[in-house]
Amino acid sequence: MTDHLTFQNYQTEGFYDELFDAGGNPRAEAELLVWKINSLSAGELQQHQAAIERSLLNLGITFNVYGDAQGTERIWPFDIVPRIVPGNEWEQIERGLKQRIRTLNLFIHDVYHEQHIMNDGIVPAELVKSARCYREACRGLNPPREIWCHITGTDLIRHSDGKIYVLEDNMRCPSGVSYVLQNRSLMKQSFPQIFQASRVQPVEDYASHLLRTLDHLAPDNVRHPTVVVLTPGIYNSAYYEHSFLAQQMGVQLVEGRDLVVKDSFLFMRTTSGFERVDVVYRRIDDDFIDPLVFREDSALGVEGLMEVYRRGHVALANAPGTGVADDKVIYAYVPKMIKYYLNEEAILPNVPTYVCHEEEDRKYVLEHLDELVVKAANESGGYGMMIGPHASDEERKKFAQLIADHPRNYIAQPTLSLSRVPTIVGDHFEGRHVDLRPYILYGQEIFVLPGGLTRVALKKGSLVVNSSQGGGSKDTWVITGNGNGQMQSQS
Amino acid sequence: MLSRVADAMYWMSRYVERVENLARFIDVTLNMILDLPVGSPEPWQPLVSVTGDHDLFAEKYGVATQESVQKFLTFEQDYPDSILSSIRLARENARSIRETITTEMWEQLNQFYYLVRDASQSDRVQKSPAEFYRQIRQASHLFQGITDHTMSHGEGWHFANLGRLLERADKTSRILDVKYFILLPSVTDVGTPIDDLQWSAVLRSVSGLEMYRQQYHGITPERVVEFLTLDREFPRAVHYCVIAAENSMHAISGTPVGASRNLAERRIGLLRAELSYAQVQEILARGLHEFLDALQTKINNVGDGIYDTFITLKSIPVDEIMMQTQF
Repeated sequence: MTDHLTFQNYQTEGFYDELFDAGGNPRAEAELLVWKINSLSAGELQQHQAAIERSLLNLGITFNVYGDAQGTERIWPFDIVPRIVPGNEWEQIERGLKQRIRTLNLFIHDVYHEQHIMNDGIVPAELVKSARCYREACRGLNPPREIWCHITGTDLIRHSDGKIYVLEDNMRCPSGVSYVLQNRSLMKQSFPQIFQASRVQPVEDYASHLLRTLDHLAPDNVRHPTVVVLTPGIYNSAYYEHSFLAQQMGVQLVEGRDLVVKDSFLFMRTTSGFERVDVVYRRIDDDFIDPLVFREDSALGVEGLMEVYRRGHVALANAPGTGVADDKVIYAYVPKMIKYYLNEEAILPNVPTYVCHEEEDRKYVLEHLDELVVKAANESGGYGMMIGPHASDEERKKFAQLIADHPRNYIAQPTLSLSRVPTIVGDHFEGRHVDLRPYILYGQEIFVLPGGLTRVALKKGSLVVNSSQGGGSKDTWVITGNGNGQMQSQS
Repeated sequence: MLSRVADAMYWMSRYVERVENLARFIDVTLNMILDLPVGSPEPWQPLVSVTGDHDLFAEKYGVATQESVQKFLTFEQDYPDSILSSIRLARENARSIRETITTEMWEQLNQFYYLVRDASQSDRVQKSPAEFYRQIRQASHLFQGITDHTMSHGEGWHFANLGRLLERADKTSRILDVKYFILLPSVTDVGTPIDDLQWSAVLRSVSGLEMYRQQYHGITPERVVEFLTLDREFPRAVHYCVIAAENSMHAISGTPVGASRNLAERRIGLLRAELSYAQVQEILARGLHEFLDALQTKINNVGDGIYDTFITLKSIPVDEIMMQTQF
């Protein structure tokens, strides 16, 4: 553990690197970081890395591995070299995300009310109604302040052309923000000197923003609303995050069995009787929240919750039915929606997407399976997906059949080259592919947490960043300004 | 406070105390063996009888030896009260109320769990059992100290305190029972130097030898029984535990001590009164084992009363929890 890690022999290997330009020189915003890391004594960076890993274990910041009867827990691997986003680029991203969320919220409201966008032929009605997360039961619902998607995590990637694209909108229960906060806190604890003079925008106030967003939804006559986080329970993969957010906001973490509907209000069972609940940040699927309306075999939800919601006696975040905008086929229409609702061009482009439902697109996809990434419209976590160039003939055949059988369920996109960030690999740095998930809160106004979760594919050459498939995470720094002139202020 | 949270506080704390006491059980037996006359049978079988599930043990391990009993009580995953199972349950409960307990408590419980889990994958317990069980005790003390000094002494803390004290009362009575079982075949030993050594071992196993000496000086079975059951001030004595548990229960409900408004309060009040006015001579005359047996039943009933009064929850299937998508 005494190897001296520096960037001296670091190679970008022709990929877009977030910290180094094509000539191998640190980008302006990364200069200070690179200089600091290069000037550490031998073994120091590894020590900080090890200290962070130890803390992760002691703090029990682990996720549960599914399909394992023992409920095996693993730490989500963390790499100490941060991803850096310069301030001017971030401003652009932030504006793009706000535009997108505002649009998607209008879309969801429209879908469950007049359906103008379908009637005007912008988004085909049959695609909306066949989306797996479209909920007929939500027609006519009026969520407080007409906000449906209070918490969103949008996945962004940078292609080899240097441009940032939107890959996915996660509008149901986006997870990972707890890692953003913990990663930052551990970085500061274990490696404070790296932050000096770096002008990294803080993320620590996320929980306050989240609580304000939730408070904003409370019924009008409630002055001090009781907010709770509803978790499926400790065996859920994101349980750590549920409890972390409840703790950070200082609110109760509840399970469905803690809640009960009485006289068309929602209550929680306490040791001294029933206490009214006004806002629920729920981390369980629509299908499970109320057995009277959705899946009747659900033991996780609360009987009668939807009726309480419909009467405006409780707020739910995100609103039920929001998932309709999460569908990967619907995603393809977002730039058109932006034009339709806001009369603006999309600030953040979509990844070009072929919708297999459309005959022309389908034909193209079937003919170019070896170049495209095919995705099921409603899977996540890197499942139900085929990366054409890496797939076997057999896999391609399987997907060709799937597409032919269920065209509605598939989209295809060109294989993108995700940008890379230097990552510790043994005794040196190597570039590893990353994506970025910023978190957006829609309350009184729209707030975007500076940075977000950088997920990194730790396997050499891999493009799959999901935690279930060998992904890790990094701290994400949004630097105020463009990073120029920092070297001077340092010396 | 949510009923479910109160329940988890109670059980988290109870399981930690259980782990500590199991370590004490094994330790006292290891201690006694050192003082047994050469050739006497080692008292491992009674240990299983008092603490464990006899049938499960017989089925999985057969003969009771130091190695098999130690392994069963410490690491057996199929035995729900083994040290490993209990610490895992303590941690699961803590995880379910992670937002209620302090980070310091959670960190210590995690480290405690890793201590046991890592030991289960090595041979360190066979090599130096005394050292391992000492570490367990220390880890438990550390957890309890952190709990007392980082968490507000409100309702949640009182539920944790209840769990810890009822478990301890139960287990102190069982440690006395171990001695009873070991004594059984040789009633003639009473009053001999061997007996003296064995009673010292019992006291030591509850960290009580020094406090006992300050109070009573010479060791006699009668005084030891009195000290461990009826003492009001020694923190591992049954009476002390019941008094402190009663105080916590009343702090939770707001009912003045001496009055009762629910089943839990009635049951613990009766038990406390019995211990307050009992005399050790009567206990021994009635039979120590019978007394301890009845005591354990009453402590159990208090636990059931707490559940009926404050908690009452249904359980939910794990697969449904895991099914919830988190993107």
